[in-house]
Amino acid sequence: MMAEPLIELRDVSKRFVKTLDLAEKIVNFAGGNLREEVVHAVDKVNLHVDEGEVVGLVGESGCGKSTLGRVIAGIHAVSGGAVYYRGKDVTGLSPEKAKEWGLDVQMIFQDPMSSLNPRMRVRDIIGEAPVVHGIVDAGEMDNYVDDMLLRVGLDPLFKRRYPHQFSGGQRQRIGIARALAVRPGFLVCDEAIAALDVSIQAQVINLFSDLRQDLNLTYLFISHDLGVVEHLSDRVVIMYLGRVVESAPTEALFDEPNHPYTIALLAEVPRIENRGRKFMPIKGEIPSPIDPPSGCHFHPRCPHATERCALEQPILREVAPARYSACHLNDEA
Amino acid sequence: MEGEIPTLAVEGLKTFFFTKLGVAQAVNGVSFTVRKGEVVGLVGESGSGKSVTGFSLIGLVDPPGRVVEGKILFRGEDLAQADEDRMRSLRGRRIAMIFQDPMMTLNPVLRIDTQMIEAVRAHEKISEGDARIRARDALVQVGIPSPDERLKAYPHQFSGGMRQRVAIATALLHKPDLIIADEPTTALDVTIQGQILHEVQKLCRETGMSLIWITHDLSVVAGLADRICVMYAGKIVEKGKISDVLDSPLHPYTNGLIGSVPSHNRRGQPLAQIPGMTPSLLNLPQGCAFHPRCPRAGASCLVEPDITEPAKSDHQVRCVNPHLETS
Ligand SMILES: Nc1ncnc2c1ncn2[C@@H]1O[C@H](COP(=O)(O)OP(=O)(O)OP(=O)(O)O)[C@@H](O)[C@H]1O
Ligand SMILES: Nc1ncnc2c1ncn2[C@@H]1O[C@H](COP(=O)(O)OP(=O)(O)OP(=O)(O)O)[C@@H](O)[C@H]1O
Ligand code: SF4
Ligand code: SF4
Ligand SMILES: [Mg+2]
Ligand SMILES: [Mg+2]
Repeated sequence: MMAEPLIELRDVSKRFVKTLDLAEKIVNFAGGNLREEVVHAVDKVNLHVDEGEVVGLVGESGCGKSTLGRVIAGIHAVSGGAVYYRGKDVTGLSPEKAKEWGLDVQMIFQDPMSSLNPRMRVRDIIGEAPVVHGIVDAGEMDNYVDDMLLRVGLDPLFKRRYPHQFSGGQRQRIGIARALAVRPGFLVCDEAIAALDVSIQAQVINLFSDLRQDLNLTYLFISHDLGVVEHLSDRVVIMYLGRVVESAPTEALFDEPNHPYTIALLAEVPRIENRGRKFMPIKGEIPSPIDPPSGCHFHPRCPHATERCALEQPILREVAPARYSACHLNDEA
Repeated sequence: MEGEIPTLAVEGLKTFFFTKLGVAQAVNGVSFTVRKGEVVGLVGESGSGKSVTGFSLIGLVDPPGRVVEGKILFRGEDLAQADEDRMRSLRGRRIAMIFQDPMMTLNPVLRIDTQMIEAVRAHEKISEGDARIRARDALVQVGIPSPDERLKAYPHQFSGGMRQRVAIATALLHKPDLIIADEPTTALDVTIQGQILHEVQKLCRETGMSLIWITHDLSVVAGLADRICVMYAGKIVEKGKISDVLDSPLHPYTNGLIGSVPSHNRRGQPLAQIPGMTPSLLNLPQGCAFHPRCPRAGASCLVEPDITEPAKSDHQVRCVNPHLETS
């Protein structure tokens, strides 16, 4: 099967400018020298997700995972680069066209409570958008909602209830049912299980696996839980400070990580199989994306850093079939 | 180490909340011991009573909650009977607690040195200069670079992980015998979590400090703890050496929890699920509180099960039909 990229990002950047507030402007007026800060949340990222594929996106807090997810879901406009959906450039679409594309890509958020309207019944939370967008007739809505609830393992009788009447795992299922109701091809799941209790996490992880089989869904699965990512993904993409540093099929990445950051990150993962282990932490703090280190962003924390690493940015390139890494060490081989 | 008095021996602890809707039996007959230099993991799902157990140990349960029964033997002294003066002199000095949110320990408007020096001198008559040296040493111990400059900073000038390390350093100032850590790394990144786990593990090994690590993450406890207690609905349902409990769980709840953690060896296979929901403490099922969710439940489970040691010594379970076939 020749897999088509469902979504493809070419050199996508997203910058946020933190403008000066009034107090800071006054300081400047009085002779201060405060400047606007620019956060390079996503810095020239190339990424593709094939139809039917599950890609895990991993990295430390603040490295730009959510921002990248929002760009892909069409919630953020890009600051540079282009986004292709099913081969079509969707970067500067008209609002109507963007809406169509937006329905095909749905996002599921970390906190199921804050993303569900507390004053709406489950029936309307799930059924409203499909009716508005003409996916089902208003008369068919109830049956449709029942189908969606069954699909995520909830009793259709629940549809008359409000979100607060559910457990965390059930609410996350409602969020998933709502996303599925507009018949998306692609789901961006941003820390979709992080807030759930262990025993409930398993329910939702299994649901994601089942839905993938049944509906041939494509996922971008954002998480900082490497155990969960390993369990669900076909391929894993590692980000560090706005850039992709490694991308590889899951098994290869976990068995033989290439990039020094990936190696260090994997060594940190707490695993239930490991007893009385010695924790050997990565040195140093997570640097700021406002003022990232020069060259390879990882060089101040990297045990293999050389002079070149501080001067020159390593390019993400194929180091073995289907394996990409951005590290100067690969040049020596 | 036979015969040595344990750092902590909790016996039949009950802490209830007397609310308008009824009595919530948040901690309902909990017993466990922590030996010198030992790390004990306390795990269980949300609402199972982990934090309330921790707060009970240091006398910080607020009304409408109250320790209603049981002994808290800290190096032989029963803290359940101690008055507030005694508790205050122990808290921070011999027993310290670290919270999920480091700002529960740190004061946002005071410089780190001010807070730490104050914390040292609250319990010891030493000069400000000596207290500063002690504070500085504690920061070094938790791996904070350039401690002299860092002492002059305010909490908001630190990253989350650094703030948590300062909170831990503050807990270490008096070299306490026991630290109770309530999910201190849950909000942190894996890499920062790794740094903190590394530091606390080293401290226990090197100084003989004892540690209770409260978490819902079995994977963290697996690497860190010597022994583990699994809580469900206010009771410890299983406890023992970490390898005994995780390799041969006896209680169906423990077994379910372990099955629900994604593991390297079972990539892509469906995870075991524990059906149903955590019960409300105001309306607990009769007998074994786990029975509505338990795949092994039978008629005998409607009577409260006793604690038994059916497999190995020092591996205890509260279940009439434990998983003996796997062990
Ligand atoms: N709307 C915004 N305005 C300004 N800065 C932003 C905005 N959204 C994100 N950022 C900044 O962009 C960077 C990347 O943030 P992002 O939320 O994408 O990180 P993340 O990888 O999802 O982190 P986490 O694991 O903590 O969720 C951060 O430095 C963040 O502060
Ligand atoms: N002030 C209070 N009033 C009434 N009930 C309370 C109070 N504080 C705690 N409880 C109850 O005690 C039980 C145990 O709570 P506790 O905070 O110990 O749970 P936990 O195991 O730490 O959970 P989590 O993992 O969510 O932190 C809960 O059911 C909670 O509702
Ligand atoms: S490029 Fe240099 S600093 Fe960056 S990861 Fe490779 S060796 Fe380390
Ligand atoms: S006592 Fe019965 S219901 Fe409770 S855990 Fe054991 S088998 Fe299950
Ligand atoms: Mg995020
Ligand atoms: Mg708690």
